[in-house]
Amino acid sequence: MDFGLSDDQLILQRSARDLLAKECPPAVVRRIAEGPSGHSEALDRRMAEMGWTGLLVPPASGGLGLGMLDMAILLAEHGRAAVPGPFLFSALLATRAIVRGADRRLKKQWLPKLASGECTATIALLEESGDSAHPAVLRSRARRKGAAYVLSGRKLFVPYAHCVDLLITACRTSGSDGPDGVTLFLVDRRASGLSIRPLETVDRTRRVCEVEMRRVEVPADQLLGRLGGGWPVIEHLLDLAAVGVAADGFGGAERVLEMAVEYAKTRQQFGRLIGSFQAIKHIAAEMVAEIEPARSLVWFAAYAHDALPREARRASSMAKAALSEIYSRCANRAVQIHGGIGFTWEHDVHFWFKRAKWNELAFGAPAFHRERVAALGGF
Amino acid sequence: MDLSLTPQESEFQRQVRRWLRRNVSRRSPAEEPGEYGNPKRIAELKQWQRKLYEAGYVAMGWPREYGGQSEPGGNRRDLLMRQTIVNEEMVKARAPSLIGVMGVQMVGPTLMQYGTEEQKRRFLPKILAGEQIWCQGYSEPGSGSDLASLTTRAEIAGDFFIVNGQKVWTSNAQFADWMFCLVRTDPTAPKHKGISYILIDMKSPGITVRPLVQMTGDKGFNEVFFEDVRVPRANLVGELNQGWQVANATLSHERNLLGSTTRTQQMFQGLLRLARTRRRGGKPVSADPAMRQRLADLAIRVESMKYHSYRQLTDLLHGRSPGIAASVNKLVSTELNHAICALALEVLGDYGMLERRSRHVADRGVWPYEFMFTLGLIIGGGTSQIQKNIIAERGLGLPRG
Repeated sequence: MDFGLSDDQLILQRSARDLLAKECPPAVVRRIAEGPSGHSEALDRRMAEMGWTGLLVPPASGGLGLGMLDMAILLAEHGRAAVPGPFLFSALLATRAIVRGADRRLKKQWLPKLASGECTATIALLEESGDSAHPAVLRSRARRKGAAYVLSGRKLFVPYAHCVDLLITACRTSGSDGPDGVTLFLVDRRASGLSIRPLETVDRTRRVCEVEMRRVEVPADQLLGRLGGGWPVIEHLLDLAAVGVAADGFGGAERVLEMAVEYAKTRQQFGRLIGSFQAIKHIAAEMVAEIEPARSLVWFAAYAHDALPREARRASSMAKAALSEIYSRCANRAVQIHGGIGFTWEHDVHFWFKRAKWNELAFGAPAFHRERVAALGGF
Repeated sequence: MDLSLTPQESEFQRQVRRWLRRNVSRRSPAEEPGEYGNPKRIAELKQWQRKLYEAGYVAMGWPREYGGQSEPGGNRRDLLMRQTIVNEEMVKARAPSLIGVMGVQMVGPTLMQYGTEEQKRRFLPKILAGEQIWCQGYSEPGSGSDLASLTTRAEIAGDFFIVNGQKVWTSNAQFADWMFCLVRTDPTAPKHKGISYILIDMKSPGITVRPLVQMTGDKGFNEVFFEDVRVPRANLVGELNQGWQVANATLSHERNLLGSTTRTQQMFQGLLRLARTRRRGGKPVSADPAMRQRLADLAIRVESMKYHSYRQLTDLLHGRSPGIAASVNKLVSTELNHAICALALEVLGDYGMLERRSRHVADRGVWPYEFMFTLGLIIGGGTSQIQKNIIAERGLGLPRG
């Protein structure tokens, strides 16, 4: 029985925290958030140099070959620093889509580049319905034409489509409304017929785009996995996204608690530090009481992906449902403890507040995941 | 991270299961509401603790010379893991819990840290074997959350303390053999510095125990009055006027954390059974989307406390300080248990308000009973608000005041 992090994992955690404190302090988050692209090439490069982009890539393809628990530890640090950029979508989701779904040739083509940071990727799943849970809502189509597929349709909420190199795109390839009609393609962001419009988002640390595909030709060898075999990969990606976002939320919740406590130790009202009032203490203590058990839930969900695959889906939904709400509540309370200054653009806490809300709503809001917990638990 | 048991631990787990299957009587369920009012049941429960002790399943981590199994060389980690297995299996088997739990978990560890050699030899083996039942003399009518304001006095007269005053909410005092008690020995000192920790024989002349009826209808706890009670000075634990530190050590002692979360898991399983079998609108309650949301919410909280306890056990095995973990546990677990019971009552609907002796009562009336009982645990042992103060002040370093 050992429910804890290994020495290597503690080192990973420590080095990530140190690096991000230095390279991605709130001033940098603010600069990126207020800028047009939503990411920093210098920061992305630095993270690639650390090997983080190759964390999940097998050593044979130039990566570190680590597991989901390691990734969760790293993403918690990203959440703590509110790192903007495509990392979660590229290094976790797109990379795992290829590791899990692609044949050897595609792996050989893309994984070394993803690992080194030479190439970044994202996933383009959602469409106008905004529903990720059901294959029947997919309208984008791909038709075979000689040595290529021709893709048409419109994707929404595609993270960082405007700056990555590769889009992993879900299209319908047969008349079936069911899961068997869905296929994944690797689409070059610069392909002709593809137009990408960034959307104005509330959480400026996460950028999403509208992606229009007008008869985009994709070479047939860029089909990921089997024809009609996309759905199980998508489901797997949604589970991983749930854990990844939960881990980010855990780190973010810890950070907003620290910000609130720090403020409560310096701000005076009625001639006393506000942190000496029980009204403030109890709010802060409630944050601790939510965050501490939640940490274990995130670790377990990530560990389940590495070691207990049969429990992974339920555990992922548990972590996502819990951390969605805990992070949002903690961010809320942190703003409350800051009072008026917390409501300003000038103070940093709103970046975390908004990220918490994005985390809550993306990849299935809490009610969706609770229903999954109920269904998988046989309620 | 590795959640598996070693082959030796798995083998031990099988042994414990076999032993419990043979020894837990089907007719004697774990917690019978109101059982502490019944002398016959108390005798049975003492007998049960003795049996567990003889099987080697009680306080395994204590030193061998005082009745435990720990050797000076250090098999402590192994024993801690085994004790955890025993505790989990006991809950799963619905075995009665230890009647002498106050002795085993509170006064025993305190004596090992602060007791004299004579006190250790005199009390520890009997505590383990269930021969001596202990109660805790802390709260007073005027000293609840502000425990250090207590006023029960102990004046020194020769080789004795003469104790006068009153304790309240004293669980098990009606049948306990001994009390560990906080008394004021220096009324002139600041409140935390004039308190001593003494051991009182409950058969001493001058002690009156008066039962208090709880909202459950049980006589679970008591008022205890002291009138010129003579307590030998040899029963002082630690230094005179250092009782506050001694008492605090008790609270921070290794607790067996898994027991309580296993219990929470079981309560949740009970709720789930109820929701699957009770029907509303022609369908099981568990098919109702709103109910499923609330059940899932509890399931998630229960599960996170399970892993949280694994993490704390790991910290304990590595000798890392638990910090404020015990306060987080107390706060979260007690409120979670109460929330589980509250939802069970909602599932039961009208049946949820039937008294346990009533006709038509469901699950022997355990849900309304536990609904009330778990409310008491949110208050007892440091209220939720006191736990929040501890978390904020000791955990987060927010200023007192």
